[in-house]
Amino acid sequence: MSNEYPEVEQGDPPLVPSNPLRDPADRRLPRIAGPSGLVIFGVTGDLSRKKLMPAIYDLANRGLLPPGFSLVGFARREWEDEDFAKEVHDAVKQHARTPFREEVWQQLAKGMRFVQGTFDDDDAFDTLRKTIEELDQAQGTGGNFAFYLSVPPKFFPNVVQQLKKHGLADPPQGSWRRAVIEKPFGHNLESAQELNRIVHEVFPRDEVFRIDHYLGKETVQNILALRFANTMFEPIWNRSYVDHVQITMAEDIGIGGRAGYYDGIGSARDVIQNHLLQLMALTAIEEPASFHPKALVAEKLKVLSAVQLPEDLGKHTVRGQYAAGWQGGEEVVGYLDEDGIDPNSKTDTYAAIKLEINNRRWAGVPFYLRTGKRLGRRVTEIAVVFQRAPYLPFDSYATEELGQNALVIRVQPDEGVTVRFGSKVPGTSFEVRDVTMDFAYGESFTESSPEAYERLILDVLLGDANLFPRHQEVELSWDILDPIEQYWDTHGKPAQYSSGTWGPTEADEMLARDGRSWRRP
Amino acid sequence: MKIDLTDTTSSKINAALMDARRAGGSTAAGMVLTLVIVTDEGSAYDALKAANDASREHPSRTLAVIKRAGRSPRARAETKLDAEILAGTDAGSGETVILRMHGELVAHAQSVVLPLLLPDAPVVVWWPENAPQHPAQDPLGAIAQRRITDAVTAESPVGQLAQRAASYTPGDTDLAWTRITGWRSMLAAALDQRPVEITSAVVEGESYNPSVELLGLWLTTRLHIPVERVVTGGPGITSVTLRTKGGDIVLDRPDGLMGTLSMPGAPDRQVALKRRETSELIAEELRRLDPDDIYAAAVRTPVERLREPAAETASHAPVIEAAVAAPARVTAKVSAKAPDPAKKAVAKKAPAKRATKKAGS
Repeated sequence: MSNEYPEVEQGDPPLVPSNPLRDPADRRLPRIAGPSGLVIFGVTGDLSRKKLMPAIYDLANRGLLPPGFSLVGFARREWEDEDFAKEVHDAVKQHARTPFREEVWQQLAKGMRFVQGTFDDDDAFDTLRKTIEELDQAQGTGGNFAFYLSVPPKFFPNVVQQLKKHGLADPPQGSWRRAVIEKPFGHNLESAQELNRIVHEVFPRDEVFRIDHYLGKETVQNILALRFANTMFEPIWNRSYVDHVQITMAEDIGIGGRAGYYDGIGSARDVIQNHLLQLMALTAIEEPASFHPKALVAEKLKVLSAVQLPEDLGKHTVRGQYAAGWQGGEEVVGYLDEDGIDPNSKTDTYAAIKLEINNRRWAGVPFYLRTGKRLGRRVTEIAVVFQRAPYLPFDSYATEELGQNALVIRVQPDEGVTVRFGSKVPGTSFEVRDVTMDFAYGESFTESSPEAYERLILDVLLGDANLFPRHQEVELSWDILDPIEQYWDTHGKPAQYSSGTWGPTEADEMLARDGRSWRRP
Repeated sequence: MKIDLTDTTSSKINAALMDARRAGGSTAAGMVLTLVIVTDEGSAYDALKAANDASREHPSRTLAVIKRAGRSPRARAETKLDAEILAGTDAGSGETVILRMHGELVAHAQSVVLPLLLPDAPVVVWWPENAPQHPAQDPLGAIAQRRITDAVTAESPVGQLAQRAASYTPGDTDLAWTRITGWRSMLAAALDQRPVEITSAVVEGESYNPSVELLGLWLTTRLHIPVERVVTGGPGITSVTLRTKGGDIVLDRPDGLMGTLSMPGAPDRQVALKRRETSELIAEELRRLDPDDIYAAAVRTPVERLREPAAETASHAPVIEAAVAAPARVTAKVSAKAPDPAKKAVAKKAPAKRATKKAGS
């Protein structure tokens, strides 16, 4: 270990050297990543073209990447560096959020390389090592590289072993090597542990960054600001005032071309295990002692380990499959008729579960989590629904149209916060009806707010782990979901719901049993 | 939507704004601040355009105050307020009111502006040119949290810095300072990489550009080192050199577009350092509304602290006219070239040096 470069762990905030030009009061100076490069495996994939490459360009355009930042693509396709640069150029022009500027592109293009090969090809990894060494010389990346595994998880063991074999995972003194992996992090607890074992064998725990792009969204980070920077919400954020919480992530699309990936996985594993449980954790956590990543993860782990499954899983969980129907004016086929899907498939495209959190703040408050494909519209939101007023001094007709107060955090689209409360209807009689008060992000803040991947890639380069789920969180989440999946495997089959609706009637019945109903998001 | 009101009052303007919003279908507006632009007919167009672009990031109510004192005694005698309201798609994301004040009203602009401020939202005043000597004591400046001036538009831009320093009140800021954020962050990033001791620095840039001075002053205040100021032909700032024992850290931008960062022991790297549009500068200014202490420290350092290089002060008069700036640049280049071989030699030595340091500590 070098004395000149203190070791940085993933849990620690990014290293702040004693730089006389920096001052905490100087808020104009952005956080710029140190000398570094990014290697993307599976660079020809959709995610890479639509999200990663544009995010890298946007970061460069905002001046947040270090001079000499390098991007290495690794894939099977027979490309030269120029072909790769052209592909990135096209992706950037099409998908970047900030305007295209030639000089920024010139700066980026200087550090672009492409390595052709398959994951078991020793020569290709040799070339990759040489490329990285060459970049250290030519671009001054200082040996700091992050490896982004944008490949199906079955290739993970292969890739990380190759990285180890060719010495790519061992940083030269005073530099770092990091691994970035995408969901799915396994398909149950056992496979997740196996995956963690494989990755941790090669990369230290603190150098592994798991991307849950939801955590990079401004609205999700705003949950913490909303709760812990204000005084007016926290006093009612508990079982004394909250009746229940609904967390919804709905998609209007079907499985598209992802039959091979989706069948056998299903919506609960695909969405609830990671995104929804993370949203629930952020909604329910206690105030962390600080925003040090270790403090935040400690609180999240407390909440996740306090989660209690309902005793009767049959009554309090529902899964469904979309059937043929009309969605937004288009006729669409059912899940079982999709290309490449076994007509007897029991994979869920809709899942709704009820969870409780056993602690002083939340005991007795149900958290309803639901997700689905081919639902009414694309929306993700967290709705905190409050109890009714204990006594209403109006006659019963006056408050007939008054629902429960609610605070809704709209995660996407139309990011913002809505508060629903009762208000008098103008007129001579006294009548109270629900009205909403709105805060919209697009209105009050920047339209050019960074995209989730921008933030997350920058955080990887900076070594800031706050927005990445740790392996314990992943394993705890599987711990919550596994009993439900096991129950579903052995009991019955998914309920059918017509495409374009808000899910099977069984889901409505599930809430009706508790005397509640789903919000229409 | 555009509404013209002639010979009007603030309350009529307020009512018209409410009507415009209702007609637009929404009565709530998520505007975050009021931006008051004090300008004349000549620069109103450019200033409003920049404010409109910036309002996409910071939805705001923009009030453009255009003072028309009038040339003839008769025009001066007639006191009148004309307003032009732009709402919806014509006003970026927000509302714009152009207030034309005639006659005696010119001296009482704040009486029109005060009722038109958004409730409970911060107020920013921007003088694109002709800023008052003491912005915080100006009647309009007094109601604002943040006062933006632009030293580059003054007759003596560098002299203006002294004026800004003398009248500095927390909340003051100058676009000459905003223009160097890119340079400052790149230099800070260069020093992030390894702690080095800087012995002196050189900033090079065109004359009559207060940004060059501010950058030099900032380096002086932060690093406590002597800073030389070299005049070149521009555009803007052309180069900054930080001298260390291990060699020079040079950030060079000859064309106002692409910069090159050279550091001892590392290959030269290109960085995009484009000169920014006014709208981008205003958007950056509006991002933070708390007092900028770093700017205060820099601007309050006397400009005399920056030394002209010794050889050059002998051959050139202290004030170099723009036309003669070209030869100055050549000398600057020569002076920059001189330490080059030394730098390379030191660069070669650097790794060995580091190794001994490691073994020692």
